[in-house]
Amino acid sequence: MRNAETKSELSSRSQQDLFDYLLRLGDDRLVLGHRLSQWCGHGPILEEDLALTNISLDLIGQAKFLLELAGEVEGKNRSADDLAYLREAIDFRCLKLVEQPIGDYAYTIARQFLFDVYDYYQMEQLCDSKFEKLSAIAAKAVKEARYHLRHSRQWVLRLGDGTQESHRRIQTAFDEVWMYTGEMFEADDLEDRLLEEGLAADLRTIRTSWAALVHQTLVEATLTAPSDEQYMQSGSRKGFHSEYLGHVLSELQILPRSYPGAKW
Amino acid sequence: MQRTLVLPCLPFRLPMTSKQNIYTILSEVADPEVPAINVVELGVVRDVEFEGDQVQVVLTPTYSGCPAMKIIRDRILDALHRHGYEKASTRTVLSPAWTTDWISDDARRKLKAYGISPPGRTSEVGLLGEKTIACPLCSSEDTELRSEFGSTPCKALRYCNACCQPFEHFKCL
Repeated sequence: MRNAETKSELSSRSQQDLFDYLLRLGDDRLVLGHRLSQWCGHGPILEEDLALTNISLDLIGQAKFLLELAGEVEGKNRSADDLAYLREAIDFRCLKLVEQPIGDYAYTIARQFLFDVYDYYQMEQLCDSKFEKLSAIAAKAVKEARYHLRHSRQWVLRLGDGTQESHRRIQTAFDEVWMYTGEMFEADDLEDRLLEEGLAADLRTIRTSWAALVHQTLVEATLTAPSDEQYMQSGSRKGFHSEYLGHVLSELQILPRSYPGAKW
Repeated sequence: MQRTLVLPCLPFRLPMTSKQNIYTILSEVADPEVPAINVVELGVVRDVEFEGDQVQVVLTPTYSGCPAMKIIRDRILDALHRHGYEKASTRTVLSPAWTTDWISDDARRKLKAYGISPPGRTSEVGLLGEKTIACPLCSSEDTELRSEFGSTPCKALRYCNACCQPFEHFKCL
């Protein structure tokens, strides 16, 4: 299939696959964007308060475009808002990595760095997706991802190679968050089918690039990369989540659910 | 006998509806976050389309989550309404993605005069960032990054070691 522009050009199988895939991309950014927004007014220093909330805005903006497109592909007249505010936790497709509470600043940075590297390589590949509307979103998002990555990488280096306390905290953060990294690369049949059609990103090559940059940065930061042989979480893409997603959604969704159609 | 020159009688408003005219109106709309430049200079106006007596302005966002986009849209429609374009509308496109390379040289001078160091050219910027960024106040190139993120998504926070002043830098994107 070449340059699939509208849903009419997609087979119904691809349409369903693509809808699910766009939810994966959109939900990751929506939930992480929400998590980062919790730093608003609580950043360790003013610059970081601004940085984390700026990144949050970018991610929520990207989520809006991705969910809008998901609604369009699905063809059931659901808007980005409908998908963000009126779905149950089991219908979300985000990673457990992004659901976890913000923890301390080191935890936020460790999680962010691991996601930013993933985000950057994912969006870079999606710039070449044959689904033009997705590649347009990716072309925009990859520029933003580059900035996010530059920011979180700098902080991993500073905290790791900083004081004894900052080193201890960021190492602990990586150790704790590591078990959520496995499912970033869990390629299922759905992604394989989309990959074959040139629509999705290839998680296997992303994994190679991700591992290289993450390990190189950890070494530079005098940190130890946790082992991949340990227990890894799985199943997020199929709707298996941690309890924390429910907490995020209850905050995120209470207003539109209590006052349907509310506007200001 | 004196000849009278007969001019063709044109409908009153039609000749005003040219792209150039719309762009002139849009040039009156300041960027809400960096009011030193207008929305055309910022590069977010990608095209102006006509259908009958309707005008549609094609816009592209700077950043995916830029909170100013709604205000920009509202102000553009306001300005067009004021000039008699009742049926004006806007449309958003994402591709090609906005780049600071679309900010004109004139606008770059205005940014500098306003105290914001203008963005470098994307072709000259590596993955690790821009090489030299001059202070907009004293023009020294001895400046350092304080934060990748400033008061708006499009700016970074820097510090000039020569004149010891913080300043904002329009990020190269």
